[in-house]
Amino acid sequence: MSAEPNGTDRNDDVRPVVIVGSGPAGLTAAIYTARANLQPLLVEGEPSSTSDQPGGQLMLTTEVENFPGFPDGIMGPELMASFRQQAMRFGTDIRTEKVTRVDLSSRPFGVWVGDPEAPEPTYRGQALIVATGASSLMLGIEAERRLLGHGLSTCATCDGFFFRDQDICVVGGGDSALEEAMFLTRFARSVTVIHRRKELRASKIMQDRAFANEKLSFLWDSVVDDIVGETTVEGVVVRDVQTGEVTTKPYTGVFVAIGHRPNTDLFRGQLDLKDNGYLITAADTSRTSVEGVFACGDVQDDWYRQAITAAGSGCMAAIDAERWLEAQGH
Amino acid sequence: MGAIQQLSEATFAEEVNASDVPVVVDFWAEWCGPCKMIAPILEEIATEQDGKVRVAKVNVDENPGLARQFNVMSIPTMIVFKDGSEDQRIVGAKGKPQLLEDLAPYL
Repeated sequence: MSAEPNGTDRNDDVRPVVIVGSGPAGLTAAIYTARANLQPLLVEGEPSSTSDQPGGQLMLTTEVENFPGFPDGIMGPELMASFRQQAMRFGTDIRTEKVTRVDLSSRPFGVWVGDPEAPEPTYRGQALIVATGASSLMLGIEAERRLLGHGLSTCATCDGFFFRDQDICVVGGGDSALEEAMFLTRFARSVTVIHRRKELRASKIMQDRAFANEKLSFLWDSVVDDIVGETTVEGVVVRDVQTGEVTTKPYTGVFVAIGHRPNTDLFRGQLDLKDNGYLITAADTSRTSVEGVFACGDVQDDWYRQAITAAGSGCMAAIDAERWLEAQGH
Repeated sequence: MGAIQQLSEATFAEEVNASDVPVVVDFWAEWCGPCKMIAPILEEIATEQDGKVRVAKVNVDENPGLARQFNVMSIPTMIVFKDGSEDQRIVGAKGKPQLLEDLAPYL
């Protein structure tokens, strides 16, 4: 995990491949490019309590039941530790740093960590693989800043423990919202799922389990307008979007799972993005709008968004990069 | 020197009050992914900043009373104790540069 301090390892080396991001996509790209002898350098990001962190979104989950090869399931952080070990086994050079700027206007591409205004990039790569993933969306209300870590949480696995025998809520209606809600019923007295629509986006198996869980209940057609409390969560202001009726519910914990946004800020203006911010890749490939830049995983996938599809697309990006480098005579 | 000490309900007050340098107490648990991510960073800080700050850990599973006493509701939470009382609180995992920036007043 140790990283060289910024600046001390800056040199004129140009790597064949630099990979940005270390979820299932980035680490699979690393395994493949390392085995192809392309000596990949992987900038894995820095720890954070959002999903934008080394290991990606699975670092904040508990049991992963649908990753093939693990018939009894596996813990998300454990799975990602294995991915990382496998990438290191073949010589991936992993840096625990966060990319602050990229320059894709000429090759080799420039990648900065630390000061984005530094005249020279920290790393340079003939090819770049973008696997920066997506991060959790927040509610976007004032109270969030005040109460994050004080009853408001984005990580059920980290913080569920502190809500033993309390009445709490989860905001959202997808698989991750239901997974969190069900995990939280191990601790809480009751868990209410607040969802802005009348039906869930979650998969059928998750819905069946959720409806069978007697500690779980649902508030349909409802959104959170505000969270009450100065130093800790004391209540949640919920608005019914059909009737407009506003009520304050006495929940003492709020877990937010309303979806994700792609981590594409670094590439805005340099790579073509969809209207929703996701990177555009050419059909059936990992090629972006800039030759030599490949993208994989959730940063370019607003449809499947699974660990296994991310890993699959990471493999595609590695092979695309390898063949492109070969054609360039590298 | 520079080793990270595990604190318990029995030893907490004594260790934290007796320290002549600020103590960074990391509240953590085995099941918390972000806690595991920052563990090696805290080890580095403990070694590199030896003599300026001490780093200690509280396992909240084994010491729920300490978590309650200091109103810890999210982990990792790092509380800096200076002369035995809370001086600063850092909630959530962060990279080494940001942690060092937060701890700059003590270094």
